[in-house]
Amino acid sequence: MRNVALITRRELRGYFATPLAYIFIVIFLVLAGALTFFLGGLLQRGQADLQPFFTFHPWLYLFLVPALSMRLWAEERRTGTIELFLTLPITMGEAVIAKFLAAWVFTAIALALTFPLWITVNLLGNPDNGVILASYIGSLLMAGAFLAVGSMISAATKNQVIAFVVTTAVLFVFALAGSDFVLEAFRGWAPAMVVDIVAGFGFLTHFQAIARGVIDLRDAIFFGSTIALALFANALIVDLKKAD
Amino acid sequence: MTNALSVRGLVKRFGPKTAVDGLSFEVAAGEVLGFLGPNGAGKSTTMKMICGFLAPTAGTAVICGHDVLEDPIAAKRALGYLPEGAPAYPDMTTIGFLEFIAGVRGYDGAERRERVAGAMAKTRLEEVTHQPIETLSKGFKRRVGLAQALLHEPPVLILDEPTDGLDPNQKFEVRKLIREMAADKAIVISTHILEEVDAVCSRAMIIARGRVLADDTPDGLRGLAPSGNLDDVFRAVTTGAVTTGTVGTEAAHA
Repeated sequence: MRNVALITRRELRGYFATPLAYIFIVIFLVLAGALTFFLGGLLQRGQADLQPFFTFHPWLYLFLVPALSMRLWAEERRTGTIELFLTLPITMGEAVIAKFLAAWVFTAIALALTFPLWITVNLLGNPDNGVILASYIGSLLMAGAFLAVGSMISAATKNQVIAFVVTTAVLFVFALAGSDFVLEAFRGWAPAMVVDIVAGFGFLTHFQAIARGVIDLRDAIFFGSTIALALFANALIVDLKKAD
Repeated sequence: MTNALSVRGLVKRFGPKTAVDGLSFEVAAGEVLGFLGPNGAGKSTTMKMICGFLAPTAGTAVICGHDVLEDPIAAKRALGYLPEGAPAYPDMTTIGFLEFIAGVRGYDGAERRERVAGAMAKTRLEEVTHQPIETLSKGFKRRVGLAQALLHEPPVLILDEPTDGLDPNQKFEVRKLIREMAADKAIVISTHILEEVDAVCSRAMIIARGRVLADDTPDGLRGLAPSGNLDDVFRAVTTGAVTTGTVGTEAAHA
């Protein structure tokens, strides 16, 4: 635990040592606000809730999460610090979890900074704050699943740009896996069970209920196990590719 | 009584290429072993396996009784390692970086400050305490890497080219530091600067194509060539062993 805390803190400082952290937060807040008000029509709906805000989170994460996760391992491999890092008395599990946690905590900070929206709807009406809290938790869970996948892909390359592009593409497929657009491609030839499995991987499907403020245990388990599985693969990839 | 460092039948193959071919040796506390060899001889690969970064194809290394494959954490605790090129996090300051390392090494509070200050004093880093590592000169970067490796006073030190890229004064300082630490530690340094062998090593090993070709004191090695010159010994040993001429022996005297 001690090592995880130390490494997470170092990684978090790493975000704030470059302009990346500030640029990320500003763009996240501007985009989140713009989407909520203009596309989501928060003020025109005449309802005091944050559903228009949460609906756009998967799309925001699709482009912003890869920017956070791309450097986690690729940078370490490019500069050669991975050799130093992995010869310290830490376990692979601690290393992988700590790096993931740093990115996740950073996302939580960015998400927390959207609090003016919450204040806004509370000033305009009487929203169900329990629903809003549940949506925030669900959104953070989904961001964690995105980040874990991104961290895994970052471990497979030395090049951050490649990590970014591949992560975006993979997350896009994951996000849309439950939509007809992707499922049509499978329906023609794959057995119904495969189609169901693919549909079950859709991040959007799992997030829809969450955006309305309902945290279904199944959705939470889905995101949690995606995180666990991606991080497990992450450790394996680091072990395989670290010396290349 | 086991030796501080014991390397047992290390083999590393990358596909069809054998980088390290059954290396075995022991290093006791108080010894400074110089690892010599042409580029591509397997020096760095061997060091990476000893430190638990690379998994060996066969064999293992035992550090102070801890097998690096069976008990990697205990082995890594007893070890200080300066990887080739002295990598360090470029966005951190010297002191921030060393405090992070000290933290992971298990030091807290006053003890951590003492450890960091001690390592910085030994490697003369005080003037760049708060400078980001990416802005440091090559010499300072190398010393940050050294400070990181010796901060916890490990019984075994593995230094991959510790004086590479340093100016003559800095080389002198680093060699002095290594000699000072040698009394109670087992130290392995790799180098292709032969004068370094005379300056710091109590024993030297010439390897090529992953095999030990000679293992002796610097004086003993000198006896292998009629001229008694280490450069000649190195050339005689490494080129004599390489019959196919595939290993970069031309780099041996560069």
